[in-house]
Amino acid sequence: MKHSKGIDKGKVILYALSTCQWCRKTKDLLRDLNIDYYYVDVDLADNEKQKELVEEIKKFNPSCSFPTLVIEDKDCIIGFDEEKIKEKFKKQ
Amino acid sequence: MGNEINNSEVEKIYKKLNNDAESGGYHLNPDNAFTKKLVRGLLINKKRYGYQACPCRLASGIKKEDMDIICPCDYRDPDLDEYGTCYCALYVDEEILEGKKKVGSIPERRYKREGKEKIKKGRSAKDVTMDVKYPVWRCRVCGYLCARENPPSVCPICKAKKERFEIFIKK
Repeated sequence: MKHSKGIDKGKVILYALSTCQWCRKTKDLLRDLNIDYYYVDVDLADNEKQKELVEEIKKFNPSCSFPTLVIEDKDCIIGFDEEKIKEKFKKQ
Repeated sequence: MGNEINNSEVEKIYKKLNNDAESGGYHLNPDNAFTKKLVRGLLINKKRYGYQACPCRLASGIKKEDMDIICPCDYRDPDLDEYGTCYCALYVDEEILEGKKKVGSIPERRYKREGKEKIKKGRSAKDVTMDVKYPVWRCRVCGYLCARENPPSVCPICKAKKERFEIFIKK
């Protein structure tokens, strides 16, 4: 997992695809908001790791779509939902 | 991973996709920078998997399993109908093209809500048998129908390849 440093808002993990532009926008938004987060481009992981990641994602998002943003191992934001993401990090 | 795609390749495919889209009544996303990044993603996937899987979906690497997400995907048309954009937003409707509506991230149609089963492997039609001179083939991407012994090598409407056709009426 790669680390993008910023303000600590708890454990924030972004599951993404390197080729997906909604994932790109999500990464950019989190960076612009200066949120501390970890991300992984699932398409670039090797087969075994990919399977592991898919299972992880499915716990929060059964259709395993991208981007999937998981906050504190419980909250999940699916897709590039700018409002929801901003709202989420505003409240904390 | 060696995914170097040069800009001239992107430009070339972008132009081709744009021409194909417009001639078939479809439109590429007018946000050129965004769209060209998606085109680059398609080319990366072509290199990586051997087929142009949707840049916003995780491909399995097995073409047969991913036939429904080869761009243009089986879900483009219903997504254009419902949201005005396809899943990755490479294709958009006229309202978005003309700037009357904003394009956004939309839900995944590929799987049912429960997330398990793929919807009948895309939008497959139930085939029927009829007493006709020629069988009828259906393009799974755009619904184009043609009565001939075999499907055309490329769909004249959406430019999907022959392999995307299914039998619609058996003779």
